[in-house]
Amino acid sequence: MTKTTADLSSLWVYLAASPLLSLTVTLVTFQCCVWLNKKLGKSALFHPVLLSMAVLITFLKVANISYDTYFKGAQFVHFLLGTATVALAIPLYHHLDWVKRMFFPLIIACFTGATTAALSAIAVGMWMGASRETIMSLAPKSVTSPIAMGISEKIGGLPALTAGLVLITGAIGCLIAAPLYRLLKIRHDSVKGFALGLSAHGFGTAYAFDISQLAGAFAGLAIGLTGIISAFLLPLLIKSLGI
Amino acid sequence: MLLGISILLICQLCGEVLVRLLNFPVPGPVVGMVLLLLILIIKGSVPKAVQSVGDALLNNIALLYVPAGVGLMEHFKLISKDWLVISIALVVSTLVTMAVTAIVLKLLTEHHIDKEKPYD
Repeated sequence: MTKTTADLSSLWVYLAASPLLSLTVTLVTFQCCVWLNKKLGKSALFHPVLLSMAVLITFLKVANISYDTYFKGAQFVHFLLGTATVALAIPLYHHLDWVKRMFFPLIIACFTGATTAALSAIAVGMWMGASRETIMSLAPKSVTSPIAMGISEKIGGLPALTAGLVLITGAIGCLIAAPLYRLLKIRHDSVKGFALGLSAHGFGTAYAFDISQLAGAFAGLAIGLTGIISAFLLPLLIKSLGI
Repeated sequence: MLLGISILLICQLCGEVLVRLLNFPVPGPVVGMVLLLLILIIKGSVPKAVQSVGDALLNNIALLYVPAGVGLMEHFKLISKDWLVISIALVVSTLVTMAVTAIVLKLLTEHHIDKEKPYD
């Protein structure tokens, strides 16, 4: 090896393991994907989060960087997710009148939605002959991932598998929302946001904020409510069904 | 800005502490969100500092899901084992869940929402 290629490769070894590279790549990729998404007419299929995921996973696989190494840099972005979740209280406060007026409908919709999410996943899984472990990992897929993993463990699923399924569910939710709402003639942003947050947790909430602040506020509310209700409801549901 | 971020972090921290002390099955930040909402209701307005930090975070909330999303690469093996069942179950279930939730909420709230202006 010549001196320069040796230098370059040792530089690469240094960079690949440093948090600086993954943090920079994450931010730059995301902004490029937002720009590209705009160019493509804001299509949900090329949602910036989905696009960034695809680009970054490909990059890490090609560069042979492990997720753990990547996460050492990306964790600075990831950490803010918790703080942003707290901040969801702000749009919620601004739209408190709507929340108060819709309080009981929201609770009823949340119970119905959370039950539908679990039962429909269990039903399809059983009908297609999936293993019990897979079915139990599927059941909490609409719940935000920290709660979903806890539920999965409690009912006999694989928390790691559930974590992956939760992500895919979020992506599917963003893809189907617009055509589904058009088909069902759902026009009010509060309803759009709530259904997005309930069925597609955080990804759905990010998507709802693209619709409006009101939709985002209701999506954030739905994440919290669905999480709490599912954590209590799912273990009971599984037990009473005797699966 | 520092005041705003401090208030958000304090709520998050208190949420985390409460969850651990009470053994609550909910993530700390969700409890932190409820705490912040209570504070805002008691105060009757959103302090400017909190609003500006909150806007900065929520305007970029999509970015914050990217690191977790990339984590999907860790689960390819588990998912590929049962990929057909899993994909059908996820698509069908997400579709049905979103439709049922939206329809139930729409039916239950139709009279008071649709008569009023706000399609904001």
